[in-house]
Amino acid sequence: MHEVIWHGRGGQGVVVAAHVLAEAAYLEGFKGVTSAPTFGPERRGAPLTASTRIADNPIRTFSQIELADITVVLDDSLFGVVDILGKVKKGGMVIINTAKPAETFNIPAGFNLATVDAANVSLKQHLIKEGAPVVNTPMLGAFAKAAGMVSLENLEKALRSKLSREAIFKNFAAVKAAYEVTITREKRNS
Amino acid sequence: MSNVQIMTGNQAAALGAKLCNVEVVAAYPITPQSQLSEILSQYVESGELKAEYVRVEGEHSALTVCISASTVGARVFTATSANGLLYMHEQLHWAAGSRLPIVMCCVNRGVGAPWTIFNDQQDSLAQRDTGWMQIYCRNNQEILDTVIQAYRIAEAVYCPVMVCYDGFVLSHTMMPVDIPDAADVKAFLPPYKPHTILSPDDPRNLNPVLFPGQRRDSEGVLRDGYMEMRYKLQAALDKAPETIRSANTAFAEAFGRNHGGMLWEYHANDADLIIVGMGSLASEATAAADILRAEGIKAGVVGIRVYRPFPKEDVRDVFRNAKAVVIFEKSISYGYEGGLCSDLKAAFYGTNIKAPIHGYIAGLGGRDVKARELVAAAKDSLASFDRGMVEPKTTWLSTFTG
Repeated sequence: MHEVIWHGRGGQGVVVAAHVLAEAAYLEGFKGVTSAPTFGPERRGAPLTASTRIADNPIRTFSQIELADITVVLDDSLFGVVDILGKVKKGGMVIINTAKPAETFNIPAGFNLATVDAANVSLKQHLIKEGAPVVNTPMLGAFAKAAGMVSLENLEKALRSKLSREAIFKNFAAVKAAYEVTITREKRNS
Repeated sequence: MSNVQIMTGNQAAALGAKLCNVEVVAAYPITPQSQLSEILSQYVESGELKAEYVRVEGEHSALTVCISASTVGARVFTATSANGLLYMHEQLHWAAGSRLPIVMCCVNRGVGAPWTIFNDQQDSLAQRDTGWMQIYCRNNQEILDTVIQAYRIAEAVYCPVMVCYDGFVLSHTMMPVDIPDAADVKAFLPPYKPHTILSPDDPRNLNPVLFPGQRRDSEGVLRDGYMEMRYKLQAALDKAPETIRSANTAFAEAFGRNHGGMLWEYHANDADLIIVGMGSLASEATAAADILRAEGIKAGVVGIRVYRPFPKEDVRDVFRNAKAVVIFEKSISYGYEGGLCSDLKAAFYGTNIKAPIHGYIAGLGGRDVKARELVAAAKDSLASFDRGMVEPKTTWLSTFTG
């Protein structure tokens, strides 16, 4: 089973991202998928998480994920605010939306690391929502590049069930563009 | 041809009600049920569901509307959680006493005070003695399928059914659900035939004050007293397990999914240690059983699907070879122990099932319950059973206070 934690701030669309990933993974042939928000009320701008589980067989566990195999960070200002690395398995993967160089985050060499400037990707696609570039859908492209498991084709199908026709076009363009520009760094065993 | 969609438990419940072609919906929104009542009102608004959605000022009225509509022959649906269910309490008794086949979803949530919006099962367990049947679901597929089965059961037994599922843990978690074909559901679920239809053409006075004993009515017919009427409610529930098991069998034949009838088992057949629970916690326990098996402990799980009527015969059969029993419950009968623990012990009375039983209270007010915690607790119980402990005190899982 692959366990994914999404970190973001209220309004950035972590819940939708977690859901679209589950949907795409199901289309990919994984029989067990779940996605869940942080349980309880949410506030705009406040740090929050969502989660996706992906497995070959139907999922029987619905408790909160303690340590993720893959964590996706939609907002790099969350480093230092929440314990992001403390919730990733040793040897797991960290995918960060950032305009900064990857080294900035001092992610230990034992983790797989991927970075992408998702906000810049969305600006180029004119994918703006409520005055801010959309970051959740490009991070799905980054996920497909860095973690595999889901194809771009199935991400597009999954977006279709969530968005209007015009929104699908722009969001999928951002998914593809982010996929192209995601930079990955493989873990090293020290 | 399967039609799988990824959805929340609330969406699954709403689809279930729609597929049953309910004619009247009266629900008052409350977290974590709100999404369910919102979806149903959208179905009615868009015309997808040809039903009347009655807006009410609270849960007591929601169930009163359902009682009235069911009395005039409509198939009805409502849903609530926690304090909303408690507010309905008086009418729960009325619905069961009137023998109305109402189906309600209880999206399980802890009750205040202190205030919580998060999951446990104190709300529905506190309604144990109202005469409603209670079915607990372990995933979203089971929620949809159980709503459909619930109408078939309720309309055969003439008693209301509460379909219970864990708030947030299932109500807000998305997972694949295979949506049955509407025509197949129609074939599975015969139209509702009311036992009495109240109509202006045939005016009656239903549920008048009854005297303690039997009396002749104005036409000289000997009629039941209060106690006879109440006996008939109990007699109906005593016989209901047959209906519930056969509804499950018929459903499995029609749709290819078997949720277990009165209870379900996971590797319980050859298990020395049986873990017992209801709802999503019992599903989590199957992951715990996998871990215990990998460590050489022959563990299994029994999920109590129907809590009322209690599956007495079924548990006597499935626990006959158990050497140890550990129960995890998301509710407690304050001043004693978990209600399921008491009921299970009572079901074993007079049988050869002498396995030691340890009851745990877990996951109150949304406290997360993880498979590894269930594993650790089960091992603790086994160690104390080995030391000869036969009557363990109820343990509150992962609870540390002064």
